[in-house]
Amino acid sequence: MAVSMQVDIVSAEGEIFSGKAEMLFAQAADGEVGIMPHHTQFLSSLKPGTVRVVSGDEEDHFYISGGIIEIQPSVVTVLADTAIRANDLDEAEAIAAKQRAEEAMDNAKTETDIARAQVELAEAVAQIQAISKLRDSLHKTGLA
Amino acid sequence: MAGGSKEIRAKIGSVTNTKKITKAMEMVAASKMRKAQARMEATKPYVEKVKRVITHVAGAHPEYKHPYTQTRDTVKRVGLMVISSDRGLCGGLNSNLFRAILPKLKAWQEQGVEVELALVGNKAQTFFRSYGGNVVATVSDLGDTPHIEDLVGTIKVVLDKFDAGEVDEVYLASNAFVNTMTQQPTVQQLVPLQAEEKTDDSRWDYLYEPDATTALNLLMRRYIEATVFGSVVENASCEQSARMIAMKNATDNAGEMINELKLSYNKARQAAITAEISEIVAGSAAV
Repeated sequence: MAVSMQVDIVSAEGEIFSGKAEMLFAQAADGEVGIMPHHTQFLSSLKPGTVRVVSGDEEDHFYISGGIIEIQPSVVTVLADTAIRANDLDEAEAIAAKQRAEEAMDNAKTETDIARAQVELAEAVAQIQAISKLRDSLHKTGLA
Repeated sequence: MAGGSKEIRAKIGSVTNTKKITKAMEMVAASKMRKAQARMEATKPYVEKVKRVITHVAGAHPEYKHPYTQTRDTVKRVGLMVISSDRGLCGGLNSNLFRAILPKLKAWQEQGVEVELALVGNKAQTFFRSYGGNVVATVSDLGDTPHIEDLVGTIKVVLDKFDAGEVDEVYLASNAFVNTMTQQPTVQQLVPLQAEEKTDDSRWDYLYEPDATTALNLLMRRYIEATVFGSVVENASCEQSARMIAMKNATDNAGEMINELKLSYNKARQAAITAEISEIVAGSAAV
């Protein structure tokens, strides 16, 4: 029997795969990597793409939208993101969170439906911009 | 007398309606609680795995020490993330949490440490609006199925402040789920990470892609996001169980009240009949 390693693929909202495998392929930061048991310790971010897990004749494919891969000689851990994450989008979320704080604490007077609607509008606009930027960059890398 | 019994009847009617509502809310909370608990279980593998990786990283001997693992000598400002529910009618869940936070806030105030607040949930916002405090970020209306994407903004605000040196420690306050009956308010330190000292002599380090700084930064961010998200999901589970218990108590109390009211209604009715009969007897005796 071939040598195998433990593979765990998890996302924040649930376990995706857990089991033994003989080989694993993933899109690491500097290109695709193929991992076999007894690989040296390795830590990398993952690009959006497919993670392939090979055990025996079976091959499982998992699409992940980014994340982290950690490799120990006998254990491979893939921490998958639940959604495509872009710095721009995170930034927009952060700004929105700040705005909400300002609005909410600006005492009861300003907490009218109009103010809330404005924040939501600003939030929506920021997200749309970020998403379109992300889409452009994905187009350039040929992923979408 | 007759007027009194009519009033009692109206009261019984209104308490019966209240009982129906609390019973319905109890059942809704019970079904939501099961789903919330399932979601809480589902988030556990990720948190466990991230922790495992973090422990490995702490055991490695990286040339780059991440700032999130370094304790700062002086603490001038701290960040506090408070996780509360969006809705009320869940017993003392939120007020117990705020009560657990207040001594901390007082202690910081005495030490001259400023506090910056990041609030999750409507209840925390309402509380700190009246209590006062420097709120830097909020998020609410997460619904029954919170998503990590809803939280990244708030987390980023706090972590950016830590990166910029504006806050020196970050704490997370939330309810921990012990069991359906018990929720434990907890305040834990989020950053710098309190990693246990490793007495491992093996000298190894990771191969990093694209480089150590980027990879570790991402890992730390994801770890903190996962911890906060885990707490939010746990808090949601606490909320539903607390609400279920609160509504069950309300239903029981309403039942008791209805029984008492029925008793006094019957007494009033009996008294009215007795009075009427004695009037008739007195009347016939007079004739």
